[in-house]
Amino acid sequence: MYNYSDEELSRYSRNILLKEVGFAGQQALLEAKILIIGAGGLGSPAALYLAAAGVGTIGIADADAVDISNLQRQIIHFTEDIGIQKVDSAKDKMGRINPGVKINTYHQFVSSANINSIIKGYDFIIDGTDNFPAKFLINDACVLAGIPFSHGGILRFDGQTLTIAPWKTACYRCVFASPPPKNLVPTCSQAGILGAVAGILGTIQATEALKFILKTGTLLTDTLLVYNAKSMDFRKVGVKRNPKCPICGENPSITALFDEEQPVCDLAKR
Amino acid sequence: MNLQINGEPVAIEISLVSVKTLLSARNVEMPDMVSVQLNGEFVSRPDFETTLLKEGDSVDFLYFMGGGRALSLFPKFIEGK
Repeated sequence: MYNYSDEELSRYSRNILLKEVGFAGQQALLEAKILIIGAGGLGSPAALYLAAAGVGTIGIADADAVDISNLQRQIIHFTEDIGIQKVDSAKDKMGRINPGVKINTYHQFVSSANINSIIKGYDFIIDGTDNFPAKFLINDACVLAGIPFSHGGILRFDGQTLTIAPWKTACYRCVFASPPPKNLVPTCSQAGILGAVAGILGTIQATEALKFILKTGTLLTDTLLVYNAKSMDFRKVGVKRNPKCPICGENPSITALFDEEQPVCDLAKR
Repeated sequence: MNLQINGEPVAIEISLVSVKTLLSARNVEMPDMVSVQLNGEFVSRPDFETTLLKEGDSVDFLYFMGGGRALSLFPKFIEGK
């Protein structure tokens, strides 16, 4: 049994009081390793809550620096952080919430060349990225490595999230076989995201990570949670492993990692 | 014909409807941004045109959603380049 200090007992008392957590559950959290890919709208709340909960090792990966346009939703970064690396800004805030947490930073975009070395050794991964190539890459890498993860996507007033236990439950490619086609030209007026919507989804992803470590409750596996902020509807859509899934189906065409192309908006047609 | 679309009951006036027709009838502007589940099974995109719906079918439209980078499709737009 872990030997809690008085400070830890006070800090984590509201966790430990939960019968689903207790001393053993808090110890599981302190020994857990969770990686957050993307220190943005989804990753910010996730990082803050995981650090606060006492997840012992938190990895954070992002290649970007803080920009003023991020601050509307990426709540781990403050105005004075503009220009500094997001991973450094995120590490600073997490350390200030909970100095007991070990934080690993990865100042890089994930790619097929580096993702395996980044995700290795983590118990659970949160996809907080903002682009489809990264989302598909994270799925492929986690499925091939057998690491459970949480997918999250947000758009305007909508969000969705799915938790994936590779080879046991539906993966991202079971639902979306491949990224939307290149040269797809939706109207740019559809861009945008309400910051609080990102906060809700990122917080749900953190909750899933904590539930996974605590082995409690029912995960959003085989269940796409679809959220609309305007109507305040949360809808669970049952999904199941797709026999035609290109990576975990019956005849997988993907057996090694690769980078999907990033679709780019054709501004001339906007 | 009565369908269940995204969990809501919907009456469709025509009887012979493919997944593709339904997408356009429902004003789905970007069918390439949608994954379709019919009675709990995914319909492959090439089969949208040939898959016909029948009374009582349950259809889910699942949309691609990226991250906060505005549809994730417009890095140039967002970065102001």
